[in-house]
Amino acid sequence: MGIAVDIRKKLGDFNLDIRFSSDAKRIGILGPSGCGKSMTLKCIAGIEQPDEGSISISTLNEDGSSGRKLYDSDGRVNLKPQKRNVGYMFQNYALFPTMNVVQNIAAGLKISGEEKDARVKEMIERFHLQGLEKHLPGELSGGQQQRVALARIMAYKPDIIMLDEPFSALDQHLKERLQHEMIAMLEDYHGQVIMVSHSRDEIYRFSEELLVMENGSLLARGETQQIFEDPRTRKVASMTGCKNFSKAERIDNHTLRLTDWGIVLQLKRQVPEGVNCIGYRAHFFEPVWGQRKENCISFRLSGMDDLPFERRYYLKPEECGRQDADLICWFVQDNERKELDAKPQPDYLKLREEAVMLLHE
Amino acid sequence: MMVFLQSLDWSPLIISLKTGVVATIISFFLGLFAARKVVKLNIRWKAVVDGILTLPMVLPPTVAGFILLLIFSRRRPVGIFLDSQFDIQVVHTWLGCILAATVIAFPLMYRNARAAFEQIDANLVYAGRTLGMKESNIFWRIVVPTAGPGIASGTILTFARAMGEYGATSMLAGNIPGKTGTISQRIAMVIQDGDYATAGFWVIVVLLITFLIIFVVNLVTGRRMKNVKRW
Repeated sequence: MGIAVDIRKKLGDFNLDIRFSSDAKRIGILGPSGCGKSMTLKCIAGIEQPDEGSISISTLNEDGSSGRKLYDSDGRVNLKPQKRNVGYMFQNYALFPTMNVVQNIAAGLKISGEEKDARVKEMIERFHLQGLEKHLPGELSGGQQQRVALARIMAYKPDIIMLDEPFSALDQHLKERLQHEMIAMLEDYHGQVIMVSHSRDEIYRFSEELLVMENGSLLARGETQQIFEDPRTRKVASMTGCKNFSKAERIDNHTLRLTDWGIVLQLKRQVPEGVNCIGYRAHFFEPVWGQRKENCISFRLSGMDDLPFERRYYLKPEECGRQDADLICWFVQDNERKELDAKPQPDYLKLREEAVMLLHE
Repeated sequence: MMVFLQSLDWSPLIISLKTGVVATIISFFLGLFAARKVVKLNIRWKAVVDGILTLPMVLPPTVAGFILLLIFSRRRPVGIFLDSQFDIQVVHTWLGCILAATVIAFPLMYRNARAAFEQIDANLVYAGRTLGMKESNIFWRIVVPTAGPGIASGTILTFARAMGEYGATSMLAGNIPGKTGTISQRIAMVIQDGDYATAGFWVIVVLLITFLIIFVVNLVTGRRMKNVKRW
């Protein structure tokens, strides 16, 4: 069941080498731009051709599940994109500029006139495009264009859908609402959906299973929530949005020396062998006044940014021997900010055990 | 004035328009076809093929005419073959007019179409493919309409050039009144006779036709460009 990808492709200095299979309904691929995530989608859709490997999908239809090979360098299978039945939503939606909404939706349909009209009408209603039937793509807002693009894909009844950075072309204030809308609109689609993005918020919201990519290869894969909670490596943690890292030396089963922050960390849980770094999310520090407690960092304030609903402190760890240690980011939500304003500057920041991520570099 | 117009031989106008229209239609399809193929070539092949296809535009028309004459002369293999097998004569016929005009004007169509195709967002083509559209459908329903303004301007220029062609036409088709005598050739001929009134009349006709075509097509393509800012 599901998709199986095992491909290699060389492009100048860049090497794509990726292997995964999954039967999750919503798969997210997270990675910085240029990491090969879009290239992977394009290979699945048949827009680009890998140098070698294989791609297959299986779908659940009325007769049960059926598998299809889309590409196989050994068996010399390389279906044309037209034959793959893979829906692809492009970053810029790629709506046909000279066709109106109805014509765009009907463009790929190979069914008789009456059926076609009915299918298009169904899509217009499902994606709330009533009244826009005769509009050209250039006359639509970003959100409407996205709905037309999705309607056009859905009308074609693809076995699997690829979303390539679907929100990157939108204004910030639209993104939030449309991410929510998109998830709702995909609800009654029963095939797999793979979304590629460099935004961890988008990916976290959308995907059940997560692949993290960098430089053409897979850094991590697993259940989305699992990866965000326990990213295991510093790179993956950083891609899930973790801001603070300190090198660590393992002293014993429950103690680590954090060399960048100049403290010894006591943990109740077991510290596995091989841990040489910890990650700590910027929102999870706990301010401490007066008496120093366990796992507290002593700091000097280096800078502060006030955002509309958040305050960001940048702190220099005081007990670190080195001068070039990274600043610690401490983000404080609005309600907490009011409390902090009423008090003097805290003396220490405490690390909460459950928020400490044990990593290796 | 009335006497002048009544005594005038109108055939050059008809011949020029017919030649222009037919040569434009042929160039239109050949140009789109060639542009579509060339866009897909890699850089090195593109340079070679593009060079060959553009050559007739850069060559002096008399050189192009000479080469055509070499090929199609009734005393040479191709000419003999066409004449004996298909009863087709190119030299000193209206077909020669069309051939000369097409060869000279074709590069304008091809180059404009190619430039327009290269401006197109490749994702449109990819989207068409993933939606299961046939390649020919993608070309005629997505690529050509999207490249519309560029193709339209290419077509006008092609028509203007084909209608006004002189050098290659005079060599291949000659200037046979009522048969291959185009406006350009008539102007050259009457000026040699010192008949400036007739020459001037035809010059005005050419100016009017050419301006009218460009004006109309600008209106048509301009409607689609209404969102373009004026600066």
